[in-house]
Amino acid sequence: MAANDNQHGPPSDMERIKETSNYLRGTIVESLNDAVTGAIAADDQQLTKFHGTYQQDDRDARLRRQHKKLEPAFTFMVRVGIPGGLATADQWIVMDDLSVKYANNTLKLTTRQAFQLHGVLKSNLWAAIHEINAALMTSIAACGDVCRNTMATPNPDASTIHQQVYEATMDIARLVRPQTNAYHEIWVDDKKVLTSKDERPPEEVEPLYLKHYLPRKFKIGLAIPPHNDIDVFSQDLGMIAIAEGDRLVGFNLVCGGGMGMSHGKPETYPNAGTVIGFCTADQLCQVTEQLVTIQRDFGDRSNRQHARFKYTIDDRGIDWLIGELNSRLGWQIESARPYAFESNGDSYGWLKGIDGAWYMTLFIENGRVRDAGDLRMKTGLRKIAELGLCDFRLTGNQNLILGKVASSNKKKLQKLLDEYGITAVQSTSAARLNSMACASLPYCGLAMAESERYLPDLMTRIETMIKEAGIWEVPITIRMTGCPNGCARPYLAEIAFVGKSPGHYNVYLGAGFTGDRLNKLYREGIDEETILQELEPLIKHFAAERLNGEHFGDFVIRAGYVKPTTAGLNFHD
Amino acid sequence: MQISALDTTTSPLTAEQAALLNQLVASLSPTQVAWLGGYLSGVAGYTQSLLGLLQPGQNGMATAGTLPSPSAAASGAPEVTILFGSQTGNGEKVAKKLQSAALAKGLQATIQDMGSYRPTMLKQATCLLIIVSTHGEGDPPDRVRELHSFLYGKRAPKLDGVDYSVLALGDRTYRHYCKIGKDFDARLEELGAKRIHDRIDCDVDYEDAAQLWIDGVTALLARKAGPAPAGAAPQGFALGAMAAATTSEYDRKNPFMAGLLERIVLTDEGSEKETLHVEISLEGSGLTYQPGDSLGVFPTNSPELVDAVLTASRLDGDATVTTHEGEGGNLRELLTQRYEIAQLTPDVIEKYANFGSISELQALMSEDRFDDLQSYLHGRDLVDLLQDYPLDMYPNDLVDILRKMTPRLYSLASSLEACPEEAHLCIAPVSYATYGRDRFGVCSSYFARRLEDDGKIPVYIHENNYFRLPEDPRADMIMVGPGTGVAPFRAFMQHREMLGHEGRNWLFFGEQHFRTDFLYQAEWLQWRASGLLTHLDAAFSRDQDHKIYVQHRLKERAGELYEWLQNGAHFYVCGDESRMAHDVHAALVEIVMEQGRLSAEAAEDYVNDLRRSNRYQRDVY
Repeated sequence: MAANDNQHGPPSDMERIKETSNYLRGTIVESLNDAVTGAIAADDQQLTKFHGTYQQDDRDARLRRQHKKLEPAFTFMVRVGIPGGLATADQWIVMDDLSVKYANNTLKLTTRQAFQLHGVLKSNLWAAIHEINAALMTSIAACGDVCRNTMATPNPDASTIHQQVYEATMDIARLVRPQTNAYHEIWVDDKKVLTSKDERPPEEVEPLYLKHYLPRKFKIGLAIPPHNDIDVFSQDLGMIAIAEGDRLVGFNLVCGGGMGMSHGKPETYPNAGTVIGFCTADQLCQVTEQLVTIQRDFGDRSNRQHARFKYTIDDRGIDWLIGELNSRLGWQIESARPYAFESNGDSYGWLKGIDGAWYMTLFIENGRVRDAGDLRMKTGLRKIAELGLCDFRLTGNQNLILGKVASSNKKKLQKLLDEYGITAVQSTSAARLNSMACASLPYCGLAMAESERYLPDLMTRIETMIKEAGIWEVPITIRMTGCPNGCARPYLAEIAFVGKSPGHYNVYLGAGFTGDRLNKLYREGIDEETILQELEPLIKHFAAERLNGEHFGDFVIRAGYVKPTTAGLNFHD
Repeated sequence: MQISALDTTTSPLTAEQAALLNQLVASLSPTQVAWLGGYLSGVAGYTQSLLGLLQPGQNGMATAGTLPSPSAAASGAPEVTILFGSQTGNGEKVAKKLQSAALAKGLQATIQDMGSYRPTMLKQATCLLIIVSTHGEGDPPDRVRELHSFLYGKRAPKLDGVDYSVLALGDRTYRHYCKIGKDFDARLEELGAKRIHDRIDCDVDYEDAAQLWIDGVTALLARKAGPAPAGAAPQGFALGAMAAATTSEYDRKNPFMAGLLERIVLTDEGSEKETLHVEISLEGSGLTYQPGDSLGVFPTNSPELVDAVLTASRLDGDATVTTHEGEGGNLRELLTQRYEIAQLTPDVIEKYANFGSISELQALMSEDRFDDLQSYLHGRDLVDLLQDYPLDMYPNDLVDILRKMTPRLYSLASSLEACPEEAHLCIAPVSYATYGRDRFGVCSSYFARRLEDDGKIPVYIHENNYFRLPEDPRADMIMVGPGTGVAPFRAFMQHREMLGHEGRNWLFFGEQHFRTDFLYQAEWLQWRASGLLTHLDAAFSRDQDHKIYVQHRLKERAGELYEWLQNGAHFYVCGDESRMAHDVHAALVEIVMEQGRLSAEAAEDYVNDLRRSNRYQRDVY
């Protein structure tokens, strides 16, 4: 099916790599054993993504080492996707240990409910991934042309629905997991002896993906209204849980969301997904399988910048998609049901669930868990994990929920949170609490400007204006990325900064607070001083003329600063 | 005598011959030695000319590899060098298109990535077609940086007679649109090159504009070349052969004052070492060398040590001194430049002892006190002597007891084929603390601390005919060069690459840490990627609990290594003599024993045969 009539050019090189990789084996083992370089072979750099690890290098050191005639300071990022974000205290302890032993002594909680280790040397890579698996986690399909980590609202306050949605999430995660044994052979088996020359498995090894896998990454997420904390409209395939009382009845299906675009290429654009209909909970896996295979068969395998599901759909129309889906299913999906979102952020602090247990949502600035000065977050969370009194839920906004805490244990946890300075950093502006940044420099190869290392400082300057304007308590979603690919979902932020070159950002305004509308370019390639000059009058104006309950993203449109973006196709208008 | 006795590993002699010669030399007076030296070189010249080995005008062993035959008669088609440099790969795409277009028109065109292009090759180019992008706020992409700064640096060559054209890739939304392309375009013209086609600047959608440029330059070059001759074969590099007969007025007696071009600390932050890479200009000297040769360098002493000598001797640095040789100057200057003060030698002890009638020191000079003398010399310098045995003396008395500054030899880390008129060195720092003072190697600290960026270095070429590339370009090489011992192998590889030698190459390198100490790592990896280096093995002694050295890696690869030797491979060792070279030798014998199923004696014979046939060569110190 992969070879089809829908292609407009020769397959991209990535298609060759997948085809000749013997189901993702490539020469990864040989590359790991090559001791004179910290890098792996070029094709293997593509293939290891499917195994959840990226080769990166310390870009701060790049020129220095080039001058010294040394290869770049190569390291690996290892991503561990946690479906629905639900991890145990023991798993937290393992990740914490690995970050000390093999990485840079920090953990990154990602925008897709994954853990990331940064700075892992090639010589430690096998041990790191091996130990992740020993703790019943996996890095498989955390990156690459496959369905990525399946997201779900780690919804603390509606726990009966949450349990049912979590089960659906795990069903989907199992359905879309690659079946090749390559991952197990390379990382999990104790003996690293197999090579690409070993016996080939039968062709039907990947029933869902076939041997070319997907044209590009494919993101799936399940939201439970009124929370849109997984940004359901940013997913290639989103599902909005529809409940009747305590019972989950099914899902609205959202298709074709996606953030990535390239500067200077208007044919690339972010998109907010379209609600195409409804299916029941027990139909969900069947529908997911068909939607994934539609993208597998029709997605662009020639131009990777035009390969996401959103382009497949926009090239043919939503009606085509629904028709193709219904015809593959042999039955018709239903019309979408009503739903309402309130926000795409997280609700902080202690909340009591319907199950009577307590849930503590913690703000983790940019998802970076580390000790810094008085804030000894990493040590504190480690101590909490060692108590074994809660689970650890990663949110889609780089935050953390300590879940299922018995009333009798609440005080113990709170004491540790106070002791390690974690409580203190929870009291900050509502804007900062709604901010996110991608990892970017120094490790990300795509970064054009700083992001995670810079946003906290920029926020401090923005907070000064916010405080003066008297809107400290008003939540505004603010997101920054170091490049236009969109890891922190910037195009769904009320204010977004997207890196263009060192110190310079494009500024986008006017996304919907609930994550339902994209923003619009406001200023291009401006530096910090200009950013502050541009934002100050807007913030003052907003504070002065804001309607009751009006959000910043809606205000800038009403006040005429930007036009609303109604679809990805008019994002650049 | 300071020269160590000959043996089978330090000479090409048999054990019997070495013993005879050692015996003879020990019985000779200095005059007799000098006469014998002249006699033997006369014999050598006669023998070699009989064998037809000696080239006219060449006074050493004939070792220059076969040079490529001159390229086919010029058809009028210039050799086109397509140089690309971009961050994204677009530059490479355009370069490949251009090459196809050029080839289709019968032109000869090679593609080079600026990141791996040796800037010094610009001098050899005849027609440069440049495709270069601009990064961020008007910066060169990483892989373009070196060439870009080279063109604007003091080594920028005259490019008279070079034709060129530039395609600039950029993004109009940035302030400095296509700046780097504009830089190249302007700078090449300044350097004397001739623009044969106007620069074209391309925006993000570069394809159409790039095609215009490709069509334009290829049409123009094709017109210029005229019809291609039938059967014209692609030509290789017609490199100009360092004329082996070139003579230079500069030698050890009359060193050339060479300019410093570049000084780089090769080891990265966190290393326990600060190993230096130094590039020196030989331009205008007429000095030439072959891979395997060394550069002799006359360093200066550190001002701190000179001050300490002046203090200890209670002499005035401004005092005027006339030496035995009739040289004049003030004492400080002479101590800084002319004399050894950082190390003590027996002759200095003897003269000092006699000058001051210091019986304790005089006693040390007797033969049965040799060990005591050595232990006094070890770790001490002139300051220690002056402090331990203070004397009243005049400035002339001091310089009269001192030894003239001896030059330090460094294996050349470059080939003139790749780096015309340059000499590259790899220098390990020497520093230690003894008797309560920090001490530094004279020459390594000279390069690391005292030599100014625009300083001049007194140098000459020291030939080493016992460390030469195989004469047969198809012969395989195994190179063992831990630490700065890797230097001559960089020269070997440059040479073989430039001359297209087909023999396989295998390097064993060793150092303390992979991450910080892998000298010239990027170059070895590039050579491995290009296929020039067949195998690259490295031992990093301190990256794990137990120490791993090159000899361990040799043994791990015993099977294949022996196959190479059986296949005629040459085996080279460079670096530390006392431990490394000894251990590597033992490993080599062991490998031959084990793989060849030979007795210990037969294995020694095998290795000795290698040595006698010049297939086992060492440059150890």
